[in-house]
Amino acid sequence: MLKVRIIPTLLWKTSGLVKGVGFDSWRRIGTVMPAIKVYNTRQVDELILLDIAATPDGMEPNYDLIAEFSSECFVPLTVGGGIKNIEHIKKILRAGADKVCLNSIAYENPNLITEASDKFGAQCIVVSIDARKGANGSYECFSECGTRPTGQEVGNWAEKMEKAGAGEILITSIERDGTMQGYDIDLIRQVTDKVRIPVIASGGAGTYEHIYEALAKGKASAVAAASIFQFTQQTPLEIKKYLGDKGIPVRNINAKL
Amino acid sequence: MRILIVDYGMGNLASVYRALEECGGKPFISENPDDMCEADGIILPGVGAFGDGMKQLRERGWVDAIKRQVGEKKLPILGICLGMHLLSEIGYEGGITAGLGLISGEVRRLSSMDTTIRIPHVGWNDVDKEGESRILENIPEGSDFYFVHSYNLIPKDQEVIVGKTSYGEAFVAVVEKEHIFGTQFHPEKSGLTGFQILRNFLRFCREG
Repeated sequence: MLKVRIIPTLLWKTSGLVKGVGFDSWRRIGTVMPAIKVYNTRQVDELILLDIAATPDGMEPNYDLIAEFSSECFVPLTVGGGIKNIEHIKKILRAGADKVCLNSIAYENPNLITEASDKFGAQCIVVSIDARKGANGSYECFSECGTRPTGQEVGNWAEKMEKAGAGEILITSIERDGTMQGYDIDLIRQVTDKVRIPVIASGGAGTYEHIYEALAKGKASAVAAASIFQFTQQTPLEIKKYLGDKGIPVRNINAKL
Repeated sequence: MRILIVDYGMGNLASVYRALEECGGKPFISENPDDMCEADGIILPGVGAFGDGMKQLRERGWVDAIKRQVGEKKLPILGICLGMHLLSEIGYEGGITAGLGLISGEVRRLSSMDTTIRIPHVGWNDVDKEGESRILENIPEGSDFYFVHSYNLIPKDQEVIVGKTSYGEAFVAVVEKEHIFGTQFHPEKSGLTGFQILRNFLRFCREG
């Protein structure tokens, strides 16, 4: 049976690891490499590594750093930030990433999703969507690290991205991000009800119960989280124990090997 | 053990390289089919579509060379994900394409009557062993491995199937035929359990 995935997210800005609240007030919380090594030792299910400065600063992805990070990562690694074209994707995959995460560029050039999916396979194309709840109650997608409204409604956009060739959707609530107040279950459902590809829920995890809700009520295939691992004593392993006790299928780790 | 990783422009070669290193092998990445003479075994990695994969292999001169080295001279091979698919006779991803023909069978899209099943199949899933296997030696029954795929290999000969996984329905996760091995999952991305698969392959290359 397919297991749910618990995915630590590492946000990085000019080689330092950061975490913010609501896509703002970024705090430096260390360096990337030791974090990757720790997660690798703990045998997490997967890692997401996002360069949050690349797109706003107009920078290309830093391939050397990505290669360095991936050399110590023996679980699947998704890398995003600053990707603009096929060549960037090719270089990131060659640097050792297993999947790429596309966000801002998808609004500018939705064709890139199709082109990349045809070339590298849908399974390595993750479309990341950052959304905020509007006054009328519907969710709007934002690009460029949550700064630019796109006018796209989240469910429709997710569906468009699936049709374009995305293999997975990473959906993040801008308002909940970093708050540790729980995932926005409505937002997650807007996406999971619309697409048949796997959906990774992100933004707001603070307790094991929050993670359970994103999976059981939000119908997500995986959850991404940062603050819960960086600012609390809770660990991916304990989360899995909690979920397992509640009947959610989680990956077993072979202690003997 | 000198293990050649086939570079045909598809997939995450760096991960396979690093994982083999961690497992005590001496990997090298090559674009030149002649280098197979210097290898104790080869790994055909791969992420992407079947049609494109065969095209890349053919253009770079790998198709006949692999058939000769693996098919006739019995050089051990491990195909991973798309690399496993390419070992088959025919693929239906991105048109209809002939494969390497080392394992008889075909590659078709995962299908399920269950419409709640999300495709691609992405994530950790458990493998049930079927019969004796060298590539799955010392792997506990029901161990989880990392999968990411939309297509799967359907062998003609049931004897080659040594591992199965369920996703909506059962599909083939591991094949083994003499010196030819294939895994649908990514051992290089399956943590310590995946390393055991690579160690088993290295041992086979050493001891036969």
